[in-house]
Amino acid sequence: MSTVAAHDAHHDHKPSFFKRWFFSTNHKDIGILYLFFALISGFIAVALSIFMRMELQEPGIQIFDGLASIIYGFTGEAAIDGGKQMYNVFVTMHAVLMMFLVVIPALFGGFGNYMMPIMIGAPDMAFPRMNNISFWLLPVALILGLIGMFMPGNAGGYGPGQGWTVYPPLSTSAAPGPAMDFVILSLHLSGASSILGSINFITTIFNMRAPGMTMHKMPLFAWSLLVTAFLLLLSLPVLAGAITMLLTDRNFGTAFFAPEYGGDPILFQHLFWFFGHPEVYILILPAFGIVSHVISTFSRKPIFGYLGMAYAMVAIGAVGFIVWAHHMYTTGISLNTQRYFVFATMVIAVPTGIKIFSWIATMWGGSIRFTTPMLWSIGFVFLFTVGGVTGVQLANAGLDRAYHDTYYVVAHFHYVLSLGAVFGIFAGWYYWWPKITGTMYNEIYGKLHFWIMFIGVNVTFFPQHFLGLAGMPRRYIDYPDAYAGWNFVSSIGSYISVAAMVVFAIGAIEALMKKRPASANPWGEGATTLEWQLSSPPPFHQWEELPRVR
Amino acid sequence: MSGKSGETKRANWRNVRTAGMAFSLVAAMGALSYAAVPLYEIFCQVTGFGGTTQRVDTASDRVVDRAITVRFDANAPGVPWDFRPAAPVTVRLGESAIVNYTAKNLIDQPSSGQASFNVTPEMAGAYFNKIDCFCFTEQTLQPGEKVDMGITFYVDPDILEVPELADLQTITLSYTMFPLDRDSDAVASAERTDNVTTRSIARETTGD
Repeated sequence: MSTVAAHDAHHDHKPSFFKRWFFSTNHKDIGILYLFFALISGFIAVALSIFMRMELQEPGIQIFDGLASIIYGFTGEAAIDGGKQMYNVFVTMHAVLMMFLVVIPALFGGFGNYMMPIMIGAPDMAFPRMNNISFWLLPVALILGLIGMFMPGNAGGYGPGQGWTVYPPLSTSAAPGPAMDFVILSLHLSGASSILGSINFITTIFNMRAPGMTMHKMPLFAWSLLVTAFLLLLSLPVLAGAITMLLTDRNFGTAFFAPEYGGDPILFQHLFWFFGHPEVYILILPAFGIVSHVISTFSRKPIFGYLGMAYAMVAIGAVGFIVWAHHMYTTGISLNTQRYFVFATMVIAVPTGIKIFSWIATMWGGSIRFTTPMLWSIGFVFLFTVGGVTGVQLANAGLDRAYHDTYYVVAHFHYVLSLGAVFGIFAGWYYWWPKITGTMYNEIYGKLHFWIMFIGVNVTFFPQHFLGLAGMPRRYIDYPDAYAGWNFVSSIGSYISVAAMVVFAIGAIEALMKKRPASANPWGEGATTLEWQLSSPPPFHQWEELPRVR
Repeated sequence: MSGKSGETKRANWRNVRTAGMAFSLVAAMGALSYAAVPLYEIFCQVTGFGGTTQRVDTASDRVVDRAITVRFDANAPGVPWDFRPAAPVTVRLGESAIVNYTAKNLIDQPSSGQASFNVTPEMAGAYFNKIDCFCFTEQTLQPGEKVDMGITFYVDPDILEVPELADLQTITLSYTMFPLDRDSDAVASAERTDNVTTRSIARETTGD
């Protein structure tokens, strides 16, 4: 007994640095690791995209032939070919990193791990050690992916250049080198990480809520994570199966996707998009949760239509599984099949509309404060709606004949992801910064970050709608002169966004250096979720006395 | 103290049970993704999805006085053959027709191939019935040998009942001849041939 009492006396002591960060089983530490990891891969992924925009700033090939000769040692004509492949590799890796190693780790792994147990009144995750392995699989996945960029890919080039969709035969007979195998294994690891994380989240949410915290009183962020976890659980095994078939087709002589032996490449697309479409909701749903809390806090009103908001996310998740072939309108599926997928896809606009209108209704008549997180959230609602509208257009099989694989699609998915999910990340970043670090950030830097970023991404991506409507195909290093104007504008926009990232870094460093202490609840009466009842930063172990929820 | 640890045990057991259920969901979805391979094949055979043609044993029991033109296409990317399509034919719906593709082996060794196929428009696959076809079996040509390879088929009159196909004037049947030896490696190609033999039945009715 005495040892227990002595232990309880300094229950808040932290383990040594190495033990704390490398063997961590504490959900808050793991959440910080996830966020830190997302920052690192985020900067790599942004750098890749800036090289792409530099290349596309003018017609012709300017950047990548030189890069290929510096990095891979190509000369002359080979440098041009190597550069083209390298551009494709950058396209592929930008997408893979952003999706699997930036957005999911930041929203689901980072904020999810840190905030969800606190919000539902749980002392930690259900399986702390599994939480640890979920995180540490990710750095390995990142390293495998980066090594793949330096491995032989197709003939006369390095790295995986087939795009994140890894369609066969681009990923099988057209890419004999080991680069593709590295990417497949990297996807396997990040998938395993997310599956383990999901099992942990589901178990925690179902079994470890504080007394009185019924499902229908649970904060919307926890709801969004629950739905996301189920989407991951149901969709990732299908991706794992499909890319395992790719792996055996490539290396062990199977013929799942080889038509000459009775396989079917279209089958891969079905399997891939059965995963791929839920994947986009996996990326955006946690952002929905964060934005709901931020808007409610800074409007000083409870969220409008709480149950509708929760079940809208469930509906989006469920319908997300039966719309996958809207990515495949041009693969020759029958008209009736297309009609079904057009209809089912448009149905998703209904629950999404419920969410958009509920956010607006939450703000309606509220006592609104335009703090930094609120700016990011309102920006999110506006830009996500723009991306949603282009999404409804793309859902039409008829229009998709013209839009398919053009920059219109690129503009659409960057509006919902780069300007949607990423704005959600930044909303959460500034909203929870005082809670996680215990310091206040500087509103001026925060707002400057928002406005520069808002202008930058819009200048980058809005012109891409015009390019797409004019017929510019995606995934090419070069384009006819007719597309030069808007490409130039788009590139300038990407440089403005880089300036925003610099302000972001300065703001974070400034806040950490100045150490302005944050109170337990810096946001006032609008912030009602449980994390604001704890000190900032929260104690190493929280809720030893479980909170009671009325 | 013992009551508390009993409670902890129960909580742990509950967690493990939930995690177990979640994990079985993962296993089920993983299994389903592999089950999709044969299921998709069956789906294509039954519905003619993706231009998969149908295989039948007997000729049509009715003929409708409505003509349709069938064109033919031949590809042989990996086989050292001169592989040529039959000339277009115009038949009545339900009427059986026999056409011949020709193939000539251009090298001084025997070589083997097997054809995969589909029709365009793809929806017509469900109504394109083959009674006999060279694509049902593997073809081996001796050095310099030239052969006629026959197809017996008819177009099902039921095609008139499909709104998208009722006005159809032309169906194109395309064959792609693939080599049976995928690798030059002798051992690998031996395994490969095995594989192909067991698969050939499935392949008859699978689209490209």
